[in-house]
Amino acid sequence: MMRFLRSAFVIGRRDFSATVLSKTFIFFLLAPLFPLLMGGVFGGIGARVAQQTERPIVAVIASHAEFQRLNAAREHTADAVGDDALVRLVGYSPKHDLAGQEKRLLASRDPPIRAVLSGGLDHPQLIGTLANDPGTVEQLRLLIASARTATADRSSNLHVSEVAASPGSMDKDQVTTAWIGQVTLFLLTLMLSTMVLSQLIEEKSNKIIEVIAAAMPIDAMFVGKLFAMLTASVLALLVWLSAGALLIQLVKHGGVATLPPPAVGWPAFLVLGIIYFGLNYLLLGAAFLTIGAQASTAREVQTMSLPVTFVQVLIFAFAAKTIGAPDSASALWAAIFPLSSPMAMLARAAERSDLWLQLLAILWQALWVGVIVRYGAKLFRKTVLKSGPRLAWWRFGRAS
Amino acid sequence: MLRPASDNVMTGDLAVEAIDLVKDFGATRAVDGVSLAVPAGSIYGLLGPNGAGKTTILRILLGIIDPSSGTRRVLGHERPLDAAAEIGYLPEERGLYPAMTAREAIAFMGALRGLPLAEGRRRADALLTEHNLGDWAKKPIRTLSKGMAQIVQLLGTIIHKPRLIVLDEPFAGLDAINQGRLEELIRREARAGVTIIFSTHVIAHAERLCELIAIIAKGKIAFDGRVDEARARLRPIVRLGTRAKDGPWRSAIPAGARREGDEYVFELPEGGPEPLLKALIEGGAGIETLAIERPGLHDAFVAIAGDKAAAAMGEEKPQ
Repeated sequence: MMRFLRSAFVIGRRDFSATVLSKTFIFFLLAPLFPLLMGGVFGGIGARVAQQTERPIVAVIASHAEFQRLNAAREHTADAVGDDALVRLVGYSPKHDLAGQEKRLLASRDPPIRAVLSGGLDHPQLIGTLANDPGTVEQLRLLIASARTATADRSSNLHVSEVAASPGSMDKDQVTTAWIGQVTLFLLTLMLSTMVLSQLIEEKSNKIIEVIAAAMPIDAMFVGKLFAMLTASVLALLVWLSAGALLIQLVKHGGVATLPPPAVGWPAFLVLGIIYFGLNYLLLGAAFLTIGAQASTAREVQTMSLPVTFVQVLIFAFAAKTIGAPDSASALWAAIFPLSSPMAMLARAAERSDLWLQLLAILWQALWVGVIVRYGAKLFRKTVLKSGPRLAWWRFGRAS
Repeated sequence: MLRPASDNVMTGDLAVEAIDLVKDFGATRAVDGVSLAVPAGSIYGLLGPNGAGKTTILRILLGIIDPSSGTRRVLGHERPLDAAAEIGYLPEERGLYPAMTAREAIAFMGALRGLPLAEGRRRADALLTEHNLGDWAKKPIRTLSKGMAQIVQLLGTIIHKPRLIVLDEPFAGLDAINQGRLEELIRREARAGVTIIFSTHVIAHAERLCELIAIIAKGKIAFDGRVDEARARLRPIVRLGTRAKDGPWRSAIPAGARREGDEYVFELPEGGPEPLLKALIEGGAGIETLAIERPGLHDAFVAIAGDKAAAAMGEEKPQ
């Protein structure tokens, strides 16, 4: 056992140094900035497009006073449900030829009018392409009714008393924390698994694998490689977490203390996050190593890794179903299935405080890491080194 | 020049022993019933053309792959990896990390075999200096020439002072000067009592270095023993030049004798040189030149492994 660990350490130390002391590690540390920038850029574009295409614009042909009443009703409603959720109103003074005015407005491209409201608040008439948009019609009914009953003071005498947190607010915050945790875990693991794969390709193309295989058990090499990348990535994760916390402290009023706390509390959540990141990485990294071992060229690896990446996305989607429903049957299955278990359980840590289940899941996942590493090493020995007996998945434990 | 047999060779202490090794890759039998006994302290050559099964045999002996059947014992261990710390291995396909410095590469290879990294670095510096590569110690492997990188890998093979060194086609890709240096290094290690097994398809290297060889052809051992024994399988060759074109002396020359220029070339007859000389002189041959040559390893190889194998061996000429 000592020899195994020493061998794994030699490989791990080499890979860790080669990774962390390389210039590319700086780019690796900057990697999370790119999705954030992309998200910012494409999010902004998407929001603008959504604003332009999804919020219907209704032309209101009415006197100035009536339009003001209707618009005031809209603004008041917007305070409650948000401006983006409501139909946009544009006022027009009535012309002599009302039918012609309606026709011209419906043909307008700037602004693109969806419907025309005429007849004032007493006899409203709506004309437009609204067959598939009953929401807009209902919104207009609500706004017209509100405008008709307008008074000086629209607010009821509701007294509001603020408490720090309620189950309702906590649930919402914890779902957000669960979602952020899961997405972070998925993206980081995806990135790192690909790095492990490229390292294996380097090793195979260097032919140094032959020297290593003659000096130590292949399992030790597998474990060394996995843990080297894990250590490097945990280092990166700590850098990213520290940078994120610093950014929040600088930008957000009240700093990190104002972040919505997960069910198990921040310290336990962060520890679990690092453990699940490690296990998720080891599970997927070992799977990737096993796949990489089957290929003989970089092109083959790329071809094989594409469908595997899709499968990873599916697994992520499966795990994401547990958010907001940590006690559902799908959450249970996502926690049992080894490849989705880390993501599902991290989400659960945000929403439920049962730490004993977390411990159980960690042991379960660790068991599967062992299984996949062992089977991967055997497949590697079989396919790359052309050695070992025929492998049957139902009896791999006995194969040597 | 053959090196003298060491005490271990004489006493029969075995560094490597293999019995009836078989290795199948699917339907192809790469190694077919190979048995070997390599005395400790010897230089043992595996000769054979490309594809004969030399590398597969070495990989089995090192534990990189397992045989389909048969057993092997390396430095007293049935599992070769148990003796990994005492073995050095230079594979046929050389491999080093391009970004690593020469010094770190050598130390890393030592660490793979259990040598502490600090000690590995110290020894690497000394070895690189000794082999005129001291200035390259801190340069990345990618900046070294192919020959230099090969020397670096060879130094990594011996950094941990192994008892057994296995070299797979070690001379391939080296220029004449470095081939000479490598031969000297092999001799020096052997003088220190290290067992050396190397494979080659260049007979001259085996002839210069080995006292024991195994000739491999089609996965089988065609011959296993001393180089002298291999040669002894052939009769000495006689090269005879005469003034007389014909005469009674012709009856002394075997029927299968061939002409090479002005000379007759034939195997020395059973009776030896004296009856031949007597018959030539008495028969009036008028001897101008007469040479009796011991057959080379190449001739022995042709006789043992066959012409096709010999032709395949001739792909690379010794420097």
